[in-house]
This record gives sequence, C-alpha cells and structure tokens, in this order.
Amino acid sequence: MGNKEIIALLLAGGQGSRLGVLTKTIAKPAVLYGGKYRIIDFSLSNCVNSGIDTVGVLTQYQPLKLNSHIGIGKPWDLDRVNGGVTILSPYLKEEAGEWYKGTANAVFQNIQYVDKLAPEYVIILSGDHIYKMDYSLMLDFHKKNNSEATISVINVSMEEASRYGIMNTHETGRIYEFEEKPKKPKSTLASMGVYIFSWEVLRDYLIRDDADTSSEHDFGKNIIPAMLQDGRSMWAYRFDGYWKDVGTIQAFWESNMDLIRRVPEFNLFDPTSRTYTPNPVQPAHYIGPGGSVKKSIIAEGCMIYGKVRNSVIFPGVLIQEGAEVEDSIIMSYSIVGSNSHINRCITGERVKIGDNVKAGIGEMLPNEFKPGIYNSGITVMGDQAEIPDNAEIGRNVMIDLNASREDFCSLQVASGKSVFKGGVCE
Amino acid sequence: MKNTMGIILTGGSNNRLKELSTTRSISAIPVGGKYRAIDFILSNMVNSGITNVGVLTQYSFRSLMDHLGAGKEWDLDRRKNGLFIFPPYLSSEDTGWYKGTADAMHNNLTFLKRSDEDYVLIAQGNCVFNMDFNSLIDYHSAKDADITIVYRDMHDFTSEDLSLLGLMKMDQDNRVTDLQEKPLHPFTTIASTGVYFLKRELLISLLEECVAHGDYDFVKDVLIKKLGELKVYGFEFKGHWRNLSTIQLYYKCNMELLSPEVRNELFIQNGKIYTKVKDEPPAKYNEEAEVRNSIIADGCIIEGLIENSVLFRGVVVKKGAVIRDSIIMQGSLIEEGVTLQHAILDKGVTVTRSKFLKGEPNWPIILGKNVTV
Repeated sequence: MGNKEIIALLLAGGQGSRLGVLTKTIAKPAVLYGGKYRIIDFSLSNCVNSGIDTVGVLTQYQPLKLNSHIGIGKPWDLDRVNGGVTILSPYLKEEAGEWYKGTANAVFQNIQYVDKLAPEYVIILSGDHIYKMDYSLMLDFHKKNNSEATISVINVSMEEASRYGIMNTHETGRIYEFEEKPKKPKSTLASMGVYIFSWEVLRDYLIRDDADTSSEHDFGKNIIPAMLQDGRSMWAYRFDGYWKDVGTIQAFWESNMDLIRRVPEFNLFDPTSRTYTPNPVQPAHYIGPGGSVKKSIIAEGCMIYGKVRNSVIFPGVLIQEGAEVEDSIIMSYSIVGSNSHINRCITGERVKIGDNVKAGIGEMLPNEFKPGIYNSGITVMGDQAEIPDNAEIGRNVMIDLNASREDFCSLQVASGKSVFKGGVCE
Repeated sequence: MKNTMGIILTGGSNNRLKELSTTRSISAIPVGGKYRAIDFILSNMVNSGITNVGVLTQYSFRSLMDHLGAGKEWDLDRRKNGLFIFPPYLSSEDTGWYKGTADAMHNNLTFLKRSDEDYVLIAQGNCVFNMDFNSLIDYHSAKDADITIVYRDMHDFTSEDLSLLGLMKMDQDNRVTDLQEKPLHPFTTIASTGVYFLKRELLISLLEECVAHGDYDFVKDVLIKKLGELKVYGFEFKGHWRNLSTIQLYYKCNMELLSPEVRNELFIQNGKIYTKVKDEPPAKYNEEAEVRNSIIADGCIIEGLIENSVLFRGVVVKKGAVIRDSIIMQGSLIEEGVTLQHAILDKGVTVTRSKFLKGEPNWPIILGKNVTV
C-alpha cells in the first residue's frame, strides 16, 4: 500500500521533569519556546523541510496540549491525503493494555503503523531538542555507507561528554562502540537521539528486544548495543549546527536568550528553513508612547507600554506603564502590571502579575522544595498563576500553576521559597 | 446568520490610491501591519455566521486571489458552501470585463440562483470595520424592508472625504428618502457603508431588470432608481468605520490604528480578524532599537528609531535610521542613517544609506513596489 522511502517516528512522550512547573501538565515537547513556538515544532518542521511527509508522533505523558497543538498537521502542511501526521498513543490490545515501557517499546507497539506504510527507512526523532537539520542529507549518508543504523552525533566538550551517550568511531565514521554516560569518555561525539534505520533490520531487533525480559526497551541502552554486538553496519553522522537539549530551567532559559543575540547562532529568520507552528490570530504588536524594547523578541498581539530588555515575549502579552522586564521569558497572554519589576523570571501562560511587584530580587539561595530544579537564580511561575500587587519575590522561587492571591501567605516570598496552589502556610 | 449568503464587491479601478493600486485591487491593499483590506469584511461575515461567500473581482485581482486562496484562514474551505471567487470571464453574449457592480453580480447569477439562503448581504472589500451583522435580520423584518442599507454618521470625515461616499437622507422612521452617490457638495454626514441586506430572490429580479434596461451599476441604477418604489431603510452602525479610497484616507486609517481604543474595537473586543498567515518568526529588537507608539509585525528586525509608524512583516530597519509617521510594507529594507517622515513604502522597497525622504501629513510621499531609492 505504501510507497514512502522514509517516514519519521517522533518520540514525544518525554516528561521533562527537570523543567519543574513548566511541565507539570504538559509534556516537554509541548513547552513554549522562542516567542512563538513549542519545542516539538523544530523536529516537525525539520521533517517537512527535509521532504518527509509522513510522521507518527508517539505521545504518552500529558498529551492533551500536544494533540491539540498538532491537530491534523495543517501548519506543517502535514494534512495530507497520502501520509501526513498521525498521533500514536498507547492503546488497549486484546490481551492487555500497556503504556510505552521505553523508547524502543513505543516503536515496537506501533509496528503495524509502520508496516502499513512499508517504508524502506525510518527516522527516529525525539521531540525535546532545539535544532534545525536536513534529514535528507543524513539519509544520503546512510545509503552511501550501506548503513543499517545511522546515528546523528554532535561534538561536545570533554566535560559534557560524560552526560551523553557517546559514540566511539573509526576514522571513517563507522561506530565500533557505544557508551552511555561514560565516566572516562574516549570520544566527544554525543548521540543527538536522531537515528535512521533500515526498517527491515530495526523491525527484527524490536521484536527480539520485546521478547527479552531483562531489557529496558530503550534505543540507547538496548537496541544500539545489541546491533553493535552483532557487527551490524552502523555509522555516526556528524552534525555541526546549533543543537540544544533544553532539559533544565537554566538550559531552557539560556537557549531562549541565545535567540536575542545580534546574529544568533540559531537563526529563526533563515528563509530557507522556516519553522512552522499554528499562528495566533492576533494583530501585529504595539509599542506604546512610553514603551522601550531592546535586545528582545516580541510576538504578535503584545502591547508594550513599559520597558523590555533581554527578554523573550510570547503572543498577546500586556506589559503596562512603568513596568520593567529584564532577562525574562514571558509566555502567552500574561500580564505584567504597572511599575512591576521582573528580573530573571520565566512565566507560564496567562500569568497575571499585579502592580508594583518585584520579582527576582534578593539572595541566591536554591529552592528549598526542589533544589535540584530551581537553583540557577531563575524564578518560575506556573500557568495562570496570579501574583498580588506589591508582592516581593526572591530568586529560585517556584510559584505553582493556578496559584492565586489567597495562596500567598505573605507578600514577601524570600529566595528559595515556593507558593503552592491550595498550599498550607508555614 | 445561516440563512444569509455574502457577496463582496472588490471595486473598480481607482487612481486616487496612486501607486498603491496600480498592481492590486483596493481590497488587497495592506493595512495595519499584517492585514489586507478585504480581511475585515470577510472576517465580519464569517464571525456573523455567513459561510457562503462570493468575491467579485475586476481589476488586478492576482494579489487578491493569492491572498484568499481556498479561504482556509477564514474557515471557508468547506464541503458545502465556502468561498467562491468570480473574476470576469468571456462568454458568447459577453465581452468579459464587468461594466459595473450590478453587471458583475448579474454575470454570476448562477451563483445567486444556485445558493439556497433566503438573504444576501452585499458589502465592499475596501472598508475597515468590525461589525456583527446578526441584528440586521431582525431590523429588516421589523421594518418590513425590501432593502436595508447600513449607514454611519461620518461626522469625523472632512467634507472633501464625504463627497467620495454615498450620502443619504432618511425620514423619522429611518426610511431612506434620498441617496446620492459621490455628491459634489455634501448635504449631510449620513453615509452609506456600502453594506446592503435584501432577499436573494429580490436581488435576482432587480439585477435581471437592471441589465435588461442596459444598466449596470447597483447603486445608481438599482438603489437610487428604486427608492420610491421599494422600501429602503437605514440601519445605523455606531462603531469605527473607514473606507480606503484615497491616499489620505488610507494613511489616516493606518495612523488611527495606533490608538488603543481603535485597535481594541477592531481586533480584541469583537470577533477576530483573520488573515493569511506567513510563518514569520517574532520581531527582533537589537540593542539600538528605540520604538514608540508604533505597530510592528512579525519577522521585523529593528535597530533604528521608529515613532508613530506601522511596520508590516519582515521589515529590516538598520542602525541610525529614523522613521516617523510612516507606513512601511512587507519586506522593505531601510538602511543605515535613512530618515523617513510621512512616507508610505509599498512592499519590497529598499531605501539606501543616509537618504532623506519627507512627505507632508496630508500628502505622504509614496514609494512604489520593489523600488530601490
């Protein structure tokens, strides 16, 4: 039935728990990025820009936002008669229903979907990364080397290398060893989580992996090592562009800030590789008579009456007179009240910051509730949180989703403290 | 308004818009940073529940057709009904070009006859306003009207601008007693907005009669001639309404969009205004940017000073450039040290280093499409 040379399977089940309150009700690929996009838009747009018109999106964790975002794939021209985008969520089978147990198991459970399309190759992607890549060049490389599995790699520093899956290759690029988070890395070629497989080969390994009860059903931990052991033809494809895993609050903030440089390394303005996303129905944005914007990105529908500097502002945000926003990310339809000063904050969608609020001030203390997540000085406010007038909020503060005025025990929230929805005051 | 179909007239040739209308129909003229004039009436119709819309095109309609496409952005790409575009065509008994608005509609009688809605809403493609047409039906039947004309008190227009509109007199019951198209000496500030509401069957018979008499203009040959015979009533629209028929009106209309009240009424408070999407990234401001009281669209890169201006998508303003009281359309490039005031730049204009261009508030300077200065 199918005649597709290559189809894409996009693993969008990542929980992204280190993004704290930003991923409390949405999966990591659905997190907003860059003034207009969601993280998954980059992988999806890469597919379209690489000529791949059939994409299966595998969702599991909090898929609601993701499903409505992707819809029938219109913004990416993936609403096709032949191919297009399909959301693949776990479902009940005759014998037993089960969740996706790992990345490889997620693909295994959708063997039928791929078989129906009968592609020669599949490209496995993760929806968690910010990068622009032409997968067709990687496919050319895969074919040229008669490869059975090609893994895209990026050069990282020696210090970082122990945080990634590292590929050890011969000079030709052929992989002879794979090490997951090695203590003493032999190379600095990190896997980007982008794989091209010849479908027949992968299919075989997925079935074998499923039968193996000791397996974690993970591409990096199980499938790749098993193929290496069998001496399969496996090649590392070197990628040199911008690639970021925005897995932590700090990395997420930094990657957004990369976009406001004069000529950013990651250029959204490049007309040859557009990034697509559903466009908000909003008028062009407006800067008021007393407004000022410097070194920032401002999306449609915003009204800026205050000052904005070094910041990324999403659609429909209102920044009132006398307000100053610096080094911050303000997501869609949030309001910053008059004379409020916001410094190094990330707000979710529809956050309401009252008047005369000061946020991001005071000492550098890690968050007491989750020190592993909020520790780089950035204060994070969840979707639809309301910050009362005159509040003073420190650094590394976490404000829960939907937190309202009543949830604030005091107008002073010191660095490292949290405000919980319906939470009890200490 | 499920029981109403829409017809949008996109107008004849107009040289009062100078260079801006040489390559495009007035209805396709860019407005407010990201819209085209026709977006307003089309969105108004869709927001009012009209899903069967015909657009009659005449002059330079390529850009209009490109903009409308299959009507996706207005949710008009439908199985049943949707968006229909009617450019002029040659047939055995016809010369092709539409001779006037009635002739244009008559040429597409099949569309009118094949539709099954009881009512037709006729409107112009070059007006900027946000109106819900739903209350028209009740008004129309309460008055037992044959035709209802939407009017507005144009007290905020100069008499020069008024003389470009259709002005009308009504009796105490709002029945129209006099209608004059573009009178030399305006006798009132009550003006037709070019929105007419009537039964579909009535429209068909009026058009057939009009064309049989060798006439072709809907206002002159149908409305005005039939004022005594038919019950024509006026329905007041109190909101913001502008038509874009001269350079001055076009310029003023865009500048008025800088007012928060006007933007709020047009874009936020009422139904949304839809337009073709372009997938531009959000606008980027560099360190030197100084922007005040301006509308800036997606895809712009700003390093200069901008005041009281409207910038469309993908405009690049380099360091040291100063733009005041101007309209800069899509994809224009303003190089270092340029000064612009009271200027209208069409799409794709390049103004090279250190040029100084200045118009007058009532006569803005115009640079045509794709020129380099």
